[in-house]
Amino acid sequence: MSAVIAWVEAFNGKAIPATWEALAAARMLADTFGVSVAALIIGEGGEALAAETGQYGADEVLLCADSSLNNYRLEAYAGVLTALVQSRQPRAVVAAATSRGRELLAASAADTDSPMLGDVLSLSVSADGWISADRAGYAGKVLSETVVVGGETQFVTVRSRAFKALDPKGGAAPQVSSVALALGEDQIVSKVERFETEAGTVNLTDAAVIVSGGRGMANNPKDAPADAGDAAVWKARDGFANVLQPLADSLGAAVGASRAAVDAGYIPYAHQVGQTGKVVAPDLYIAAGISGAIQHQAGMRTSKIIVAINKDKEAPIFKMARFGLVGDLYQIIPALTAEVKKRLGK
Amino acid sequence: MSVVVFTRSTPDTAAKVEADASGGVSWGDASTVVNPWDEYALEEGILQAKAGAGKAVVVAIGGELHNEALKHSLAMGLDEAARVEDAGIDPTDSLAYATAAAAAVKKIGDIDLVLFGKESVDVGSDQHIVQTARKLGWTMLSYVSKIVAVDYAAKTIKVERMLEEGKQVVTSKLPVVISVMKDINEPRYPSFIGIRKASKAVIPVWSLGDLGIAAPLPRTKVVRYKNLPARDTRFELIEGTPEEQAKVLVDRLIEEKVL
Ligand SMILES: Cc1cc2nc3c(=O)[nH]c(=O)nc-3n(C[C@H](O)[C@H](O)[C@H](O)COP(=O)(O)OP(=O)(O)OC[C@H]3O[C@@H](n4cnc5c(N)ncnc54)[C@H](O)[C@@H]3O)c2cc1C
Ligand SMILES: Nc1ncnc2c1ncn2[C@@H]1O[C@H](COP(=O)(O)O)[C@@H](O)[C@H]1O
Repeated sequence: MSAVIAWVEAFNGKAIPATWEALAAARMLADTFGVSVAALIIGEGGEALAAETGQYGADEVLLCADSSLNNYRLEAYAGVLTALVQSRQPRAVVAAATSRGRELLAASAADTDSPMLGDVLSLSVSADGWISADRAGYAGKVLSETVVVGGETQFVTVRSRAFKALDPKGGAAPQVSSVALALGEDQIVSKVERFETEAGTVNLTDAAVIVSGGRGMANNPKDAPADAGDAAVWKARDGFANVLQPLADSLGAAVGASRAAVDAGYIPYAHQVGQTGKVVAPDLYIAAGISGAIQHQAGMRTSKIIVAINKDKEAPIFKMARFGLVGDLYQIIPALTAEVKKRLGK
Repeated sequence: MSVVVFTRSTPDTAAKVEADASGGVSWGDASTVVNPWDEYALEEGILQAKAGAGKAVVVAIGGELHNEALKHSLAMGLDEAARVEDAGIDPTDSLAYATAAAAAVKKIGDIDLVLFGKESVDVGSDQHIVQTARKLGWTMLSYVSKIVAVDYAAKTIKVERMLEEGKQVVTSKLPVVISVMKDINEPRYPSFIGIRKASKAVIPVWSLGDLGIAAPLPRTKVVRYKNLPARDTRFELIEGTPEEQAKVLVDRLIEEKVL
């Protein structure tokens, strides 16, 4: 076998959306090489996922099921992947460029002295079979065209929303073969003590619509209660929870923020978009009370449509926007939420 | 416990970076700064070395440009600096970088903790970090937002990692390689005395021969830098009362098929 292996990433038993995008990229590479796509599922309970991978382009499934693999751990997972690459010498290994996908593939690429193109935006294959990719460089200010120049198996992670998942098709479920465990528990020195999920968060990098708030969120006309401590912080938090979040809910959107809003304590760091936050590429990005500093742009520049809501008509964010609304976000956002609910019936 | 922090110089975050006709990249006369994510790693290096009664060494891999970042690190308070430069390593090839980085850590010796900022903004990658851990044969703990506890005697560490869906609390044995998130600390500014000391420091340059390794086989290469495709420059200012603005915007977003 000399297939393209695609790692299927799941959380709580459900595939993450970006994994089907990675599978589409694997399919494209496999078709170019004239080989099959093998979906790799690590952890117990992967049988349902296995059938789903067939819908999204896999020809066969490699399943490594063991209770020691139910919580993702780099060492344990990389052990499985590295052993597989050594025994089967696939042409390529592909995964979504998530926190886990990036480190897992980088680890196995190092173990096997293989080339890796990480977080790619596009892919092509040269006549002699080397993969080449466009990647974002210098905080997304330029693209770097990077090529593989040596090695056997070529490792690739694809940026969320850069590739389109295949339309799910019917047909028989792919054949499943089981893969042996690589490391025993005593060979793994890191232990996961617990995992704390943040309730109700939408993953920013997967989101098709993002509504972000900046320092302007502090100009909430509502009065902070006397015991609120810092009034600006209270007002901004109230605004994120009771003004921006309802708009996000009506749009099925994730909530983002500028660094100024994060640093001031208005909202946790996990929401920060920008050079030192998350890089996002939604279809629609609504920036409210954000001036549009170059470091913020670094995180949202590739959004398809940008809407700017700002009371300062000179704010740089308007230079990037397709639609601009000059005015007070605390008047515009509630009106927008009402309009969206009316028109989309949500 | 002694610590190694890796860093590099990148153009000022406000600089306009452009590709030129020959596929190179330039940022005009803008200055360089420490890779923005590395400030947190450098701060954490100072804190951990102090808590563990060891030293903090900062290392950059690449050309003279990176002396800027090393001097800034020394000015912040790191104890020693070194730079690895050799025609046989392309630092944009993550595997070559990792091979050299692991060898540098071994040369320094007696290290329990290697720190990196979450990623390098120039190369736009974090894979060299994980690969450094694998080349050392150490545990990799990436996206760390908090070092909860280090037991120097028992050589164990407990950290919080920030993943897409939430926070993972992990314990491990030392030595480890850690990449840190912005949330982990508040980086200090270089002191006046620190800047004076750093300006006088002579930073050693190590070749692959000094590290005792042969040039790694090249695996990837940046062929050229390209400018971003031009953005759609259409702009529509939507005016009126908030209600009117909202109505027109929703019309437009439906026309654009994003709602
Ligand atoms: C190394 C480095 C890394 C950085 N990384 C990031 C990053 O990852 N992400 C990031 O965002 N920034 C980052 N920054 C910070 C960046 O330079 C800006 O300081 C920050 O983006 C500003 O946030 P802001 O737009 O919310 O605040 P401001 O620039 O203060 O803008 C607030 C805006 O809100 C408007 N406003 C106020 N009240 C209202 C209202 N009631 N209605 C409508 N509009 C209103 C104002 O007109 C103004 O335009 C970084 C900076 C550095 C140096
Ligand atoms: N009432 C206002 N109308 C329009 N722009 C304003 C107003 N108040 C402040 N600004 C602009 O918004 C920026 C930040 O505002 P603020 O966050 O409210 O202090 C300032 O630099 C001003 O240019």
